[in-house]
Amino acid sequence: MFGILKVALKLLVNDKGKFSALLMGITFAVFLMVMMTSMFSGILARAASSVVNVGAKVWVLDPAVNNVSNSIPLPDYVLNSVRSIKGVEYAEPIYFGAALAKLDNGTFQAVSIIGLDDGTLYGRPELTEGNIENIYAENAFIVVQDAEFNKLGNPKIGTEFEINDHRGRVVGIAKVAASSLFGVPTLYTTYNRALTYIPTTRFTNSFLLVEPKSDKDIPFIQHEVQRMGYQALTNDQFIQKISDFYKYQTGMGINVLLMTIISFIVGLSISGQTFYTFILENLEKFGALKAIGAKGRELVSMILFQATFTSLLGYGFGVGLATSLMILARLKLPDYAAQVTFYNLGLAFFMVMIIAGISSYIGIRKVLQIQPFDIFRG
Amino acid sequence: MLRKVAIKAIGLNKWFGEDETKTLAVSDVSFEAYHGEMLYIVGPSGSGKTTLLSIISGLLKPNSGKVIVESRNIWEMPPDDIANFRLNKIGFVFQDFHLFPKLTTAENVAIPLILKRLNWDEAIKTAIDYLNIVGLKNKADLPPLKLSGGEQQRVAIARAIAAKPEILILDEPTASLDGDTGRKIIEFVKQNVLNETRCIIIVTHDSRIYEYADAIMSMEDGKIIKIQRNTYEK
Repeated sequence: MFGILKVALKLLVNDKGKFSALLMGITFAVFLMVMMTSMFSGILARAASSVVNVGAKVWVLDPAVNNVSNSIPLPDYVLNSVRSIKGVEYAEPIYFGAALAKLDNGTFQAVSIIGLDDGTLYGRPELTEGNIENIYAENAFIVVQDAEFNKLGNPKIGTEFEINDHRGRVVGIAKVAASSLFGVPTLYTTYNRALTYIPTTRFTNSFLLVEPKSDKDIPFIQHEVQRMGYQALTNDQFIQKISDFYKYQTGMGINVLLMTIISFIVGLSISGQTFYTFILENLEKFGALKAIGAKGRELVSMILFQATFTSLLGYGFGVGLATSLMILARLKLPDYAAQVTFYNLGLAFFMVMIIAGISSYIGIRKVLQIQPFDIFRG
Repeated sequence: MLRKVAIKAIGLNKWFGEDETKTLAVSDVSFEAYHGEMLYIVGPSGSGKTTLLSIISGLLKPNSGKVIVESRNIWEMPPDDIANFRLNKIGFVFQDFHLFPKLTTAENVAIPLILKRLNWDEAIKTAIDYLNIVGLKNKADLPPLKLSGGEQQRVAIARAIAAKPEILILDEPTASLDGDTGRKIIEFVKQNVLNETRCIIIVTHDSRIYEYADAIMSMEDGKIIKIQRNTYEK
């Protein structure tokens, strides 16, 4: 069988024009599919960046909340009630808000402020410069060094700026696992200072962060919180909820899905049509092979091999091209939100296999229909 | 000398279409072809030559009748066995050669050997030996389109004999060639390809090559009207 597959390979690659067209069609389709899904994955990952960075085991929130930036503050009694649930080791509030920073050069920059519980600093980031205790100093803020860091003029420890007309001073630089989606720098401070700096509503607890005594206690905690009319989600569940919101309730998901389908159709059209032409041009030769003594399954394996080989090669080129472009883009645009996941790669691979399957099905049908007798008739 | 029968056709009938559109292509055809014999099938267009050729070579199933090779009716074999029969017993030289333009001449000749599961290197080596027989060893690495019509015909012959078939079938072998080249090809086939263990059947319109025939079978309207053996005079 190896010999006949080598014949198939030579027939394919020696027809340079058709082979290039096939390869380009599939490469382009894979490139588009991987780019679209990777950008979407990147957006989803960044949308949940605060949840990832804070890293609490359980989050308590209003059931109507779909993402961190639009929290609905919880009444104070909820905090006390959660603390009294059996299985809760401790529970602390966290504050998420937005403010306007005035920089040294007089420009304004919108910022996100995260207020950590004054007593425990639960959800604090990892510092690369400075000490976490300094967060208690007067006007102290910790700046997150992410893709948005330079929007604050690359501040150092000691840099001062104004936040909502209050003085602010950088006491630490932190690193986080994920950058935020909206292109706004993030500052950490204490819960009470955040409330001082930012105008607030009647209730101020954006979320409650819960540390259970053990993971086994989580279902009970969730159940008890639900009885109070609120929702308790694990870190992963909250990330999933945010993802679902962007996928299904913002129109982004359907747009990306449509683009992916269009990419698939473009790839299928180009490669399917080219492969069909390739088969048509070689149809008499396949008939001659049949006449010489090739069996139907040998011809089928030749066509399947040709389609699979082209598809896999096109897949490799497409993924390579997409990732290269992402790397280049990230060099110039630190904000560029795209991430290649196994899911993206798997989806593109699945779609390429469908392209290979449909293309080869068309070819196989044609080749199996030809009668070797037709070769004599011309 | 008692000659061995290479292929025997008994009462072959083949028609196309049904009722009013029914066309009889081959009607009650019976004949024998022998090893060591070059048998021509001749006749006007539409006389059933190609249909008969397709039936006896295992490409087109007759409506009735038998084709006996080595005491077996090939049309009673399962499809895979018929394919194996074509691969092992029959060599084809098609009118338009049907060489693969994207393969080298050696690779083209190696195809039946590859189908017979010879490994690639061995098949190419054997193919070059057969190209040597047809005088084209030095063109083994060229694609067929770089060869003249006569050379392409010889490559097709090398491919047909590479699997050592007992029966060689040539469909209008001189139709695509000029008179001189056509004659040289048939002369070459007669001298170098025909042997005591091989039967060659040629379908042709070309009366200029009749002189090389051992037997000529004339057809008209799907029927054999005459078989002449060793009697043809130029």
